[in-house]
Amino acid sequence: MSEIIDILISASFWAAVIRIASPLILATMGELICERAGVLNLGIEGIMVIGAFAGWMAVYQGMPLWGGVAVAMGAGMLFGLLHSTLTVPFGLSQHVVGLGVTLLATSSASFAYRLMLPEVTSPPKIAPFQPLHIPGLSDLPWLGAALSQTALTWAAFAMAGGVAFTLYRTPLGLAVRAVGENPAAVEAQGLSVTGLRMGAVIVGSGLMAVGGAFLTLSAFSSFFFEMVNGRGWICIALVVFGAWRPGKAVLGAILFAAFDALQIRLQQTPLGAALPYQLFLALPFILSILALILMSRRAEVPAALMVPYNKGER
Amino acid sequence: MSKDEGAEVVLRLDRISKSFGALKANDAVSLALRRGEVVALLGENGAGKTTLMNILFGHYMADEGGVEVFGQPLPPGNPRAALAAGVGMVHQHFTLAGNLTVLENIRLGTERLWARRHPDSRGKVERLSRDFGLAVHPDAKVGRLSVGERQRVEILKALYRDARILILDEPTAVLTPQESDALFATLRKATALGLSVIFISHKLHEVMAIADRCIVLRHGRVVGEVDTHATDKGRLAALMVGGELSLPRAEARAPGPVLMQLDGVTTPDRGAVPGLKRLTLALRAGQITGLAGVSGNGQAALAEVIAGLALPSAGTLTVHGAPVTDWSPRAALAKGVGRIPEDRHHQGSIGDFDLTENAVLEAYRSRFSRRGWMNWRAARAFAQEIIASYDVRCPGPETRIRLLSGGNMQKLILGRAMASGPDIILANQPVRGLDVGAIAYVQSQLIAARDRGAAVLLISEDLDEIMGLSDVIHVISQGRLSPGFARGSMSAADLGLWMAGQKFEGADAA
Repeated sequence: MSEIIDILISASFWAAVIRIASPLILATMGELICERAGVLNLGIEGIMVIGAFAGWMAVYQGMPLWGGVAVAMGAGMLFGLLHSTLTVPFGLSQHVVGLGVTLLATSSASFAYRLMLPEVTSPPKIAPFQPLHIPGLSDLPWLGAALSQTALTWAAFAMAGGVAFTLYRTPLGLAVRAVGENPAAVEAQGLSVTGLRMGAVIVGSGLMAVGGAFLTLSAFSSFFFEMVNGRGWICIALVVFGAWRPGKAVLGAILFAAFDALQIRLQQTPLGAALPYQLFLALPFILSILALILMSRRAEVPAALMVPYNKGER
Repeated sequence: MSKDEGAEVVLRLDRISKSFGALKANDAVSLALRRGEVVALLGENGAGKTTLMNILFGHYMADEGGVEVFGQPLPPGNPRAALAAGVGMVHQHFTLAGNLTVLENIRLGTERLWARRHPDSRGKVERLSRDFGLAVHPDAKVGRLSVGERQRVEILKALYRDARILILDEPTAVLTPQESDALFATLRKATALGLSVIFISHKLHEVMAIADRCIVLRHGRVVGEVDTHATDKGRLAALMVGGELSLPRAEARAPGPVLMQLDGVTTPDRGAVPGLKRLTLALRAGQITGLAGVSGNGQAALAEVIAGLALPSAGTLTVHGAPVTDWSPRAALAKGVGRIPEDRHHQGSIGDFDLTENAVLEAYRSRFSRRGWMNWRAARAFAQEIIASYDVRCPGPETRIRLLSGGNMQKLILGRAMASGPDIILANQPVRGLDVGAIAYVQSQLIAARDRGAAVLLISEDLDEIMGLSDVIHVISQGRLSPGFARGSMSAADLGLWMAGQKFEGADAA
C-alpha cells in the first residue's frame, strides 16, 4: 500500500500522467466535435495512425516539428473530408464508413511507409519536441518536475479550452450543438446542416491526427505500426464518459492516463513480481469501464447522433 | 375586425405545383395574403396544405410556380432567403433543439458564426415575449418545456427575426383549449401590429374564430375561397370534403348478425388526444360501417382496441357472440380480425424487408414454418399469389417494400389481411395518400369482402369515401360516438356538424 502512495506523490508519476493524457485529450476533443454535430467518427483509430505517420515522416524528410504537426492535421482533415462526404451528404452508415476509414487510413500508413522506406529494418528516429523550460514555473520544487512538458502538451490543454469556449460561447458552437440535436432546427433557422456537419467532422479529424502525431513527435521519437494501439477506441469511450462535455472528457483522459501510469509503475513493485503483468495492462481498461458505467447513466446523448439528415424527405 | 380590401398584398403564391411520385400534392395553387389579415388554409389531411407551406419556406422546391414576398420574387428551396424576406414558419413538428435553452434556440442562425455573443438578444426576447403575451423563461432548457411553451418559443423565433408574415402549421393540434385561446390572443396582437398570418388547420371552429378569409384545399387544388364572416361551418365542411363522387359505391344489402360488439368501451385520454367515452358500436356481417370524424378524435384508440393493441379501461368487447378476455393482436388475428393499419410505412410494413417477408409477417409462425424452420418456398409462393391477385406492381417478391409506391404497398397489405378470409376487417384510412386508381381498387376490395359476409369498419377523414361505401355511418368527436345513420339519410353538411361536435350537445341532453 505504501508503494502506491509513494508512486502517487512522486512528480515523475504526474509528469507521466499529463504526458499520457495529451494525445487522448487531442483525439477526444476531435471525436467530441464530430459527435456534437451528430456524426460518430469511428475513423478515429486509423486517423490517429495516419497522423502519427504523416507528422513523423514530414519531420524525417526535413520539415520543422510544427510543420510535422501541420502535415498530420492536413492528412487527418483529408480523411475527415472522405468520412463526412460519405456520411453527411450521402447519408451512409456511420459505423461502416468509420470502420472503413480506419482500415484505409491504417493501411495507407503502412503502404506509404514501405514505399518511402523500402530498405529500412528498424524505423529511423527523429529529434522530438523537448520539454519546455518555463522561467519561474520550471524551477519550483515539485511542480516544476511534474509540469516539465513539451509544447505540444501545453497546446493540447489549450486546445481543449478552445473547444469548450467555442462550443459554449460562440454562435458557431451553438450551431454545432444544435445540429447534433435537431438538424431540422438548424435548417429552419437558415443554416446549412451539411456545411456544419462536414466542417465539424473535418476539423475533428484534424485534431485526431494531431493526437496521433503527438505519439511520434513528442512521446516517442519514431513510428511503429502498432503504436496507436486502441487509443482511438479509448477516446470514443472518453467522449461518452465525459457526457459530450469537453471539461469532463479532459478529466476522463487524465483519469485513464493515471491508471495507465500507475500500472506501469506497479509492475516494478513486489506486487508486480507476484502477479502476471497482463493483469496490470488490463487495469486501466477495467477501471475505465467501471467509471464509464457510473458516469454515463445520466449523460445527455446528442439526440441526432448517427441520424443522417435528408433535406426535404417526406 | 374589418379588413381593408385594398391593403397591401404582402405575399403572393402563383400557380404552385408539386408532385411526389404519382401523387400531385399541389396543383396550380394560387393565394394572396394582405397586410394585417389572417388567412386560414383549410383542408383534410393530405390535401396539400403542409406541402404548400414547405414550398413557401424553402424546404421543398416547387415543380412549377413562384412565390413573391413584398413584391419581390423569393428564390426557391432556400429557407435563409425566406427568413430574410420576413417569413417566419411555425412547423407542425417543432424545429427546436432540446439540449439548448430558449434564448439559444432563438439566437441560432441569427448571428455570424464567428461573432461573439450578441449583446441585446435577451432584452429583445423579453420585450417580444411581453408585447405578444408569449410567456416563457429565456434560460429554460427547451427539452423540459411543455408543448404549449415550445410553440411560444417557435413564435418568438420568428418574431425575433422581425418576421412580417407568420405561417402556423396546425398550431392547435397539440394544444389544450386554454393554450389555443392564448395563441389566438397572440395572433390578434400580431395582426393589430400589422403582421399577416397564414393559419393552417382542419378544425372548422378555429378557422371561424380566428381567420378573416379561408382558402379551402382538396386533393392539392384550391376548391374555394370564402370570407369567414359570410359563411358557416356547415358550408365550409361541405367545401372541404367535397361533393363530387367518382369512386365505387356499394349497393345496400341486408345486414347479417353482429360479429363484433363494443359496449361502453372507455380508454384514457392521451395528452390533448381524447380517449373513447363509453363507446358502444356493433359491427354486422355483410355491412360496411363507416366512421367519420376529424383526425385525433379517438379513431386511433378505437382501432387499437379492435386490433388488440390496447385494452379498454372499462367496457366489454364481444366477438362472435362471446365476450373476449385475453385480447391481444394475436388473439385478434385468431378470431378472424383482418387489419389494414393507418400507417402503412410504420405499422403496416417493415421497409427494409422484401415483399415475401412482409407478406408472411402475420402468419410466419403458423402457416409458413415447421418446427421452428421457415418454409421460404411456401412463403414466396404466397407472396407471388398476393402480387398476382391484388395487382401489386413490383419487380418481384424479393423487392424491398420501401421501394414500392404507396398504392402498391397498400395492395400487398390488403392482400395479406384478406388472405385468411377475415370475418371482421378493420380498415383505418385505407386509401390515404393513394392515387385515384389505387383508391378505386382498395375500395372495391372492401366492398367484395362485405359481399362475402365480412363486417367491415371503415375509418376515414374523407367524407366522400365514407358516404360512398358505408351502409351505416357513425361520427366520432372527442371520443364520443354518434348514433348510426343509414346510407343516404345524411348530407355531408349534416355530418360536418356532427364532426364539429355541435350535435353532440343536443344528443347528450336528450
